[in-house]
Amino acid sequence: MHMANVMKNDRLIPMLCGALCVVGAFGVLELLLRFDIINRYIVPLPSDVLGAFGRIVVEEDVLARCRETAYEMGVSAILVILIGIPIGAVLYRFDSLRKALEDWIAALAAAPIVLAFPLFLVLFGRSSTTVIVMSIANGLAPIILKTTEGLMSTRPVLINVGKSLRLSQRQMFWSILFPSALPLIFTGIRLSWTFVLISVVGVEFLINLGGLGQLINDLAERYDMAGTYAAIGFVILVSVVFFVCLEHIERVMGRRA
Amino acid sequence: MVDDACASSHQRNKNGGVNNLDRFIAPSFCHPLSHMSTQISSSPHLAHSRHDVLVVDNVFKQFGGPLAPVIAVDHVSFGVRQGEFVSVIGPSGCGKSTLFSIIGGLLTDYEGEVRIGKDRINGPHPAVGMVFQEESTFPWRNVIDNVAFPLELIGVAKSERMDRAHHFIKMVGLASFEKRMPSELSGGMRQRVSIARTLVSQPKILLMDEPFAALDEQTRLLLGDKITQIQQELNQTTLLITHNLTEAVQLSDRIVVMTYRPGRVKRIIDIDLPRPRTSDVVSSDAFGHYVAEIWSDLREEASRGMTESENSAAQVHAHG
Repeated sequence: MHMANVMKNDRLIPMLCGALCVVGAFGVLELLLRFDIINRYIVPLPSDVLGAFGRIVVEEDVLARCRETAYEMGVSAILVILIGIPIGAVLYRFDSLRKALEDWIAALAAAPIVLAFPLFLVLFGRSSTTVIVMSIANGLAPIILKTTEGLMSTRPVLINVGKSLRLSQRQMFWSILFPSALPLIFTGIRLSWTFVLISVVGVEFLINLGGLGQLINDLAERYDMAGTYAAIGFVILVSVVFFVCLEHIERVMGRRA
Repeated sequence: MVDDACASSHQRNKNGGVNNLDRFIAPSFCHPLSHMSTQISSSPHLAHSRHDVLVVDNVFKQFGGPLAPVIAVDHVSFGVRQGEFVSVIGPSGCGKSTLFSIIGGLLTDYEGEVRIGKDRINGPHPAVGMVFQEESTFPWRNVIDNVAFPLELIGVAKSERMDRAHHFIKMVGLASFEKRMPSELSGGMRQRVSIARTLVSQPKILLMDEPFAALDEQTRLLLGDKITQIQQELNQTTLLITHNLTEAVQLSDRIVVMTYRPGRVKRIIDIDLPRPRTSDVVSSDAFGHYVAEIWSDLREEASRGMTESENSAAQVHAHG
């Protein structure tokens, strides 16, 4: 009982401290803005942003826009996994292919693909497909590289255990290589999803289409700074939902593996 | 005692356990220091008999290209009988681990023959269970799932494989740790999990490569007790690759002493210590004699290895 309380306090106190820090930072920002130390035309008052949440829900149909952005994020996030992990596994399996392509894929991760949006608009039109395809292109490299790295970093002794048990290639992959690579694959998924989420909102903003990205664009053009920041708050909310889901999947996969 | 040891050696011959090694035991070896029956393995082809379950026959393995060949194992021969515990001991670089890989079927490109019954080893064999030097539990599985893994592969029903896994976990003394993850266990406990995982598929031959190398001396001795107990309980034919003298003497019925590179059989020594054996045996005089005897062989080889390593380091340094 006592131990449980201690553990509860161990978690509760840092959480409270973190929340207080955030509230404190907003309080300081509010004061700096109210005393005109920071320009209110650039940064809105945190209290105004808080008030804008309700307003944009009613006036800008934020929930429908959240759904649209979440749909694009969801499709891109799933496809990036379904495409990236098999490519990573193929690169692990074929040494020469890996040597030939690894640097190019690393370069892809660093490339500003978002600047190629006119090309994607020509190819896929001004639609959700463009947003999804561009987001996948943005998020693919980290998951491929981390999958390959994870499979390659499987300890040789575990592979030898598999060989000594005369595992088939399929059994070796699913019973040893994949579970061993799983932590790094999840690191790859986290990185990829971060790119995907940024890309979805960014492309929506750029081509002025669809969900929260378009709303941010609209509100910024109307110079509704409080509304813009509130819309960004909703983007963060959708991202948090995605990463909470990922953590849950990671726990389930960890247990199953 | 001396007479007893010599008599017991001859008795084994009479009982049908005919071993070519025993035939070559010279009477001169039956003196106080050598109540261990020994034979310099100058005739490697005669180092095994038709009663052996595992036969290593004239095995040769070379690494490197024709310009810089390194002979790791040089025409090594010996045999292991049913239920026998044999250790292969030698200094670092004598090809012990290469021999382990060949016998385990992980290295197939070698000359000579390794046979189990009539099968020539040319890949991992179902009769051989391997325990590796490095920690080899699956970190994503708990203890019981680790141990049950080989049974899962061959499609044993869940309840049966859990029962069998439980039996072997109990045997290695980890009954209360079944649900723990390997990260929650000590090095010695993890190595016991690996041993249980190997034993669960009931291999004819247990092949171990320095399984206690990373452990401290006390844990080593205690695990040695555990291994002895299990080996006797299951009458498990076991081949241990080691560089540890006390471990080899504590556990073995016979010890194959190898030379430094190229790895050849220098001597095969019968360990005539009473069984059932525990780690208490290390305080006996006979134990000390065996260790001293083996060390006198190994010392020369280990010194040679050290000198060669120093020379090559000096050469590398000289060439800048």
